[in-house]
Amino acid sequence: MSTRLPTQGRLIDRSSTVKFTFNGKWMRGHAGDTLASALLANDQMLVGRSFKYHRPRGIVASGGEEPNALVNLGRHKRHEPNQRVTTTELFDKLEATSQNHWPSLEFDVGAVNAMVSRFLPAGFYYKTFMFPRAFWKHVFEPVIRQSAGLGAAPHPETRDPDRYEHFYAHVDMVIAGGGIAGLMAALASGRAGKRVLLVEQSAHWGGRAPVDGDVVDGQSAEDWVKNAVEELEKMENVSLRLRTQLSGVYDHGYALAYERIGDHAPSEESPRHRLWRIRAGRIVAATGAIERPLSFPGNDKPGVMLAGAVRDYIVNYGVTPGDRIVVVTNNDDGYRTALTAHAAGVAVACVVDPRPTADGDLPQQVRALNIPVRTGAAISKVKGLKRVVSVRVQAFAEDDGGYDEIPCDAVAMSGGWSPVVHLWSHCGGKLNWDEGQACFVPDTDRPPTNQNGEGYVTCIGAAAGGLQGAAAAKTVADRMSALGIATEEVPVQTANEALLAPVWVMPAYAGVKKRAKMWLDFQNDVKVSDVMLAAQEGYESVEHTKRYTTLGMATDQGKLSNINGLAVLAEALDKGIPQVGTTTFRPPYTPISMGAIAGEAKGALFQPLRRTPIHDWHEAQGAYMEPVGHWRRPYCFPRDGESHEDAVNREIDATRRSLGLLDASTLGKIIVKGPDAPKFMGMLYTNMMSSLKPGKCRYGLMCNENGFLMDDGVVVRLDEETFLCHTTSGGADTVHGWMEDWLQCEWWDWKVYTANVTEQWAQIAVVGPNARKLLEKLGGMDVSKDTLPFMQMAEGTLGGFDARVFRISFSGELSYEIAVPASQGRAFWDALHEAGAEWNATPYGTEALHVMRAEKGFIMIGDETDGTVIPQDLGLNWAISKKKEDFLGKRGQQRTFMASEDRWQLVGLETVDGSVLPDGSYCVADGKNANGQANVQGRVTSTYYSPTLARGISMGLVHKGPDRMGEVVEFNTVDGGRVKTKIVSPVFYDPEGEKQNV
Amino acid sequence: MLTLTCPVCGVDACETELAAGGEAHLKRYGPGSSDDQFEEYMFMRPNVKGVHFERWRHAMGCGKWFLAARDTATLEVFGTYPAQTLEPPADILKAIKAKRPDWSLT
Repeated sequence: MSTRLPTQGRLIDRSSTVKFTFNGKWMRGHAGDTLASALLANDQMLVGRSFKYHRPRGIVASGGEEPNALVNLGRHKRHEPNQRVTTTELFDKLEATSQNHWPSLEFDVGAVNAMVSRFLPAGFYYKTFMFPRAFWKHVFEPVIRQSAGLGAAPHPETRDPDRYEHFYAHVDMVIAGGGIAGLMAALASGRAGKRVLLVEQSAHWGGRAPVDGDVVDGQSAEDWVKNAVEELEKMENVSLRLRTQLSGVYDHGYALAYERIGDHAPSEESPRHRLWRIRAGRIVAATGAIERPLSFPGNDKPGVMLAGAVRDYIVNYGVTPGDRIVVVTNNDDGYRTALTAHAAGVAVACVVDPRPTADGDLPQQVRALNIPVRTGAAISKVKGLKRVVSVRVQAFAEDDGGYDEIPCDAVAMSGGWSPVVHLWSHCGGKLNWDEGQACFVPDTDRPPTNQNGEGYVTCIGAAAGGLQGAAAAKTVADRMSALGIATEEVPVQTANEALLAPVWVMPAYAGVKKRAKMWLDFQNDVKVSDVMLAAQEGYESVEHTKRYTTLGMATDQGKLSNINGLAVLAEALDKGIPQVGTTTFRPPYTPISMGAIAGEAKGALFQPLRRTPIHDWHEAQGAYMEPVGHWRRPYCFPRDGESHEDAVNREIDATRRSLGLLDASTLGKIIVKGPDAPKFMGMLYTNMMSSLKPGKCRYGLMCNENGFLMDDGVVVRLDEETFLCHTTSGGADTVHGWMEDWLQCEWWDWKVYTANVTEQWAQIAVVGPNARKLLEKLGGMDVSKDTLPFMQMAEGTLGGFDARVFRISFSGELSYEIAVPASQGRAFWDALHEAGAEWNATPYGTEALHVMRAEKGFIMIGDETDGTVIPQDLGLNWAISKKKEDFLGKRGQQRTFMASEDRWQLVGLETVDGSVLPDGSYCVADGKNANGQANVQGRVTSTYYSPTLARGISMGLVHKGPDRMGEVVEFNTVDGGRVKTKIVSPVFYDPEGEKQNV
Repeated sequence: MLTLTCPVCGVDACETELAAGGEAHLKRYGPGSSDDQFEEYMFMRPNVKGVHFERWRHAMGCGKWFLAARDTATLEVFGTYPAQTLEPPADILKAIKAKRPDWSLT
């Protein structure tokens, strides 16, 4: 059984007790435990089920590479699925539940999949898509959906109560990995005065060395690490972070690090996770190596564990996965596990080694302890259902028929080590195949390159291929010195190790049946037989094989399975491993939380909100707000019990009958000024702007070079050299950028300045038959028809406020738009309401604005335009100068299709029955198109109920519409119906303009 | 996440501060140009893999446009220069030649 040992456990505090639950059962661990070590200490070998076959699964690793032991952590709002027990530090009252089983972990109905596994081969999903077709929808999909997925997703209505944040860091060097190599690099760089950030993903410095008992610079690894960290902590130019993983490397020295602050110590005080956004001159990857499993039949059973992980559990946590261990290894390093276990009082039944001989230091030490060493041998079977009971050991190379059954309750396997080259590869660093160590190592001649075309990632230690202590130390000295950082080689003493024998299938002669029990990808249930089948079916590319078999596509991203899988593929294709190549390494290295990615960007901080000076008043009135760009504008101001529709109708009625007030502050306001301003305005607008007299207003159109209408608004000439351009609310920044583009990049010799003054002014539209009376009551300037006629501007004071008054109308009523400095906006708004009370001054929102402009046939950018509409389509020829030689969009509009009469053009639309046409409705034409859909000859662009006319009114683009006045056509409805509609003038209200011009 | 040095304000700007503006050194064709000329100006972009001259705006910084010579495949930046330039300046061409001896301005 797996149990806590009386000795060892350098990371735990045996005097403390930490209580936690697994599947509702209370268990005990110690401070310093991971959830994995605590589960093992409680003899909880079975921790989950595999994805496809629901096979019983136990812990296989001790770090972030763990594929099996994923659990749901926490409850309710803090429920989080797919958390690796190996990287989860134990804390009091931790709650974990196992995943991917039904009805229970011990008894799982889905395990029947394993018995029909020959019907679920590689590419099962793709094959099932194909045949029989009818089965997919009614049989396979429901079954797969029921059984797919790992942990339970949180309920969609839960909200994460924890806090997350982003940090920004600019450093000379970020070092990923706080093992011996990383610490050596940090010491050298820190002493050289570099700004260094050293991050370590686990909660401890030192990496593997303290477990493996290396001697560094004459000291035990443990002591050396302690001294190194002490020295680093004293350096002001060095920052150290534990529980922080450099999870991704991006272009030009950008990197992301993921810090887990609160996972092990939940608290309201601190954020849970922190995402570091780092710009580094150099990224140093001291990320170590990951041990590979061996592919023997039954290698996925609970109790089969990586050899290095077994050592970790014994030395770090005083926990053993079994009382009697069999070690199976193709390399000398695996023998360390036998030595460690023996030293901790755990029986080692034997060491199984496929190599013909094993005479290195470590095997000799094992033999000296009278532990049987079986060379040239293989494990050919693992017995036991939910945990290992025994293994069958027989010859590796050729089947001689003989075998031994060796009772044991744990198997420690080592297939060699793979350097963690992810950070090197994220931005395109290339790899070489190291034949001797049977692993991919970074090719220092082909690094990922930065903005200067130079490499910016350096691998050191095991990540550089220095898989043994002394070799690792040499890579640190060599690579850091090459960066110009004086680095002495620190002597590291470790046992001499003989070369491993690459073993990808064990035993070598295993037939189909045995290969179908050799797991490559434990989480996704991909076996040696699946990869071989893929090769047999013609898959040659490793990328295709990955997707076909799902090898390496689980949440561990193939950290244990990829090299073994592609070695099997290479063998099946009779190619070399380097010719088959690796799949692409993509960030993040291990999954990071969505919360960390979002950081503080949620709720009110999700995006900046622009508020007009009158915004608070709107909210206090209970206005129904709608987003317009980053602004929030009142859609309408419903009174008690009033529907939005009723509110809009009331607001329109009050405005048309007496007096309405609109907060128009969001309207874009851009100043264009300079001796060449008239010339520039002439290029920007389709209209003639140079002829505009100071003090006058003109409605202008702005097109892009394609000729399409992009923005509109009233232009006011303030003086000879100064224009005020009003833009749409959402378009001010774009239009300002557009002006700057032309001024900076095309006509840079023109003497023109622009300034976006949108937020400097509050602007209020005073609209309705009583508008003038209100302004006259406020007093201060002459706003009479004669002094301030339609389309003219005047400056002065109104009721003591500094005002710029424009006689313009977007509603068809007598209307003044009054701009006051933003600081006076709210007071002016209040003054207008107070003085206007006698005329029932009514605030109206954007919907009333829209309906009134539609009643008047005025276009709205974004409704009547969609980036394919030219002003000519909208009957706006009057606003396009024929005299000007050039303006932006003129050449585009001269193209044959634009100049053609054969276009959809703006008309008004009135349903015969008075109903409101559905938004987005199409005008149906005779016949059908190639897809069997009805032909169309137009579409609705704006559609409203008009309270003024008491009927539905619409505007739309209809093929040659203006020539078809009075014709009745049909528009479609969502439910397939048709609505008879008459083509009319788009101006429904006061076509003569008598109301606005009084 | 690219970094480009804004030649106007001198800041090493991160991509999040910048807005891309497509190919640089286009000649504008307005009224009076042929359909072919206008098509070339509006639509025809070689979309090169390799050395590329392009427009960027330091949108979240000084607001100014500038031009950059950059390798679209390796993301190497050969230099940035003012937008008020009709063709790539000599020092930029020299910097490119030093790194890409086989390249030539076509």
